[in-house]
Amino acid sequence: MALDQIQKALLAEIADLHGVPEGAYNIRSDGKLAGRNTTANIDIVTKEDKPGIDIFIKPGTKNESVHIPVIIEQSGLKDLVYNDFHVGEDCDVTIIAGCGINNCGNQDSQHDGIHTFYVGKNAKLKYVEKHYADGDGSGERIMNPTTVIYLEEGANMEMDTTQIKGIDSTKRVTEAKLASGASLVIREKLMTHGKQTSESEIVVDLDGDDSSTNIVSRGVARDTSRQVLLLKINGNARCYGHSECDNIVMDNSYVQAIPEITANSVEASLVHEAAIGKIAGEQITKLMTLGLTEAEAEEQIVAGFLK
Amino acid sequence: MLELKNISYAAEDKDGTKEILNDISLTVSERFVAVTGPNGGGKSTLARIIAGIIKPTSGRILFDGEDITELGITERARRGISFAFQQPVRFKGIRVYDLLQLASGRKLTVGEACDYLSRVGMCARDYVNREVNASLSGGELKRIEIATILARGTRLSIFDEPEAGIDLWSFSNLIAVFEKMYEEINGSILIISHQERILEIADKIVVIANGQISDQGPKDEILPKLMGSTGSCGRLAAV
Repeated sequence: MALDQIQKALLAEIADLHGVPEGAYNIRSDGKLAGRNTTANIDIVTKEDKPGIDIFIKPGTKNESVHIPVIIEQSGLKDLVYNDFHVGEDCDVTIIAGCGINNCGNQDSQHDGIHTFYVGKNAKLKYVEKHYADGDGSGERIMNPTTVIYLEEGANMEMDTTQIKGIDSTKRVTEAKLASGASLVIREKLMTHGKQTSESEIVVDLDGDDSSTNIVSRGVARDTSRQVLLLKINGNARCYGHSECDNIVMDNSYVQAIPEITANSVEASLVHEAAIGKIAGEQITKLMTLGLTEAEAEEQIVAGFLK
Repeated sequence: MLELKNISYAAEDKDGTKEILNDISLTVSERFVAVTGPNGGGKSTLARIIAGIIKPTSGRILFDGEDITELGITERARRGISFAFQQPVRFKGIRVYDLLQLASGRKLTVGEACDYLSRVGMCARDYVNREVNASLSGGELKRIEIATILARGTRLSIFDEPEAGIDLWSFSNLIAVFEKMYEEINGSILIISHQERILEIADKIVVIANGQISDQGPKDEILPKLMGSTGSCGRLAAV
């Protein structure tokens, strides 16, 4: 398949891809399939009842990756897609998803991706998701990702989700259910600027004994942007859960962090930490004594915080 | 060369205006100048005034003949003034390597970054990729702070009580670091310290008490006077 310059630039932003990826992939561009590759262990099948794909990863597949980027350039396009990932038992794989919107028109472009993960027993999955938008049109760039996660006994998943730039409005929902011995790590990084709004809701049900989760969310809100974050852990068994949200507020932004932990079992051990504040003045001062200007110092602190 | 001319500083607090520094005039042209004196005497305030973090109420500051009184922190840093904080700042996500690179103002190889850390007695491999965050101890942060000053290599390096918060084991290493710095530096070191072993390295000692210079002169002249009032553990308790 051939990619044009804008497609290439968006792919580089969301998936660190410089051209067509190796291994299994499915590239969706402006609501249509733009390229697909399957391997002996990974099959990708178009859904027949609704838009989207099923990705089947055979049990025992190790060290393979799947790229499923979505790119949108068409102004006014509202793209809704359901992607289901079936990760077999004892797999050890990486899935890289991402959505890039380049909206130069005056109509809203929207991508709503609903990703559901069925992770088999003792499988290990790393899921990386990146959202990015650019374009100089007046149309809004909207993304509403929903992630639903089912971890079977002993399954382990790490999810890295990043939204750094350009998305005007996002409502992000992540829900997870963990069976015995399963573990889930979620790392979320978010930066909003201008008049952007972001709502993120993460709900983890620790249903099985010895299940555990660690959720770390870091956000930076600039200008007049708004971020609302809900981190919710339900401990329904002998389990361990920890959530941490840490936000920097700048300019006239608004950040609301709502951590919630519920123990439905006396064996549940749950911790939450939440902090919101502006950049500490002494951090800026320190970097200025190294020769940086105030603006450069701020930039370094924010970049480090979101790294 | 640094010249302070009639520096005074007064701060507002709930009881009105409080004079912190009163008419300080001082020249730093020697290689190693130590400032000592009782806590609360105004030493740290003086260091912060030189770095540009606070503005004096009156007086002038000259650096290599240029009047820098009106310059901000960044401009002074770029002209060759470095300042090691008494309580180093923590940063989430910024690695030791990143900080050293920012300090040096250029791209450093990992080898060069490691070299700065080795010079402050740190096993570089263990630290270069660590974040400068709360996972580091006070002593570790202190040494990293000193390494950033080495990486800057400016004509004037100011250290505000480098020994504060450092354990005894690290302390002898710290002395070695300053002894080595004395040999290698191409400019001046201005160090605020209560420690006899640091004062012993100095060419000149300045004593500040109650916001004024109560004494200054060559080490051989000042140190014996101070030693008359030495407290335990080599700390000059009642200077």
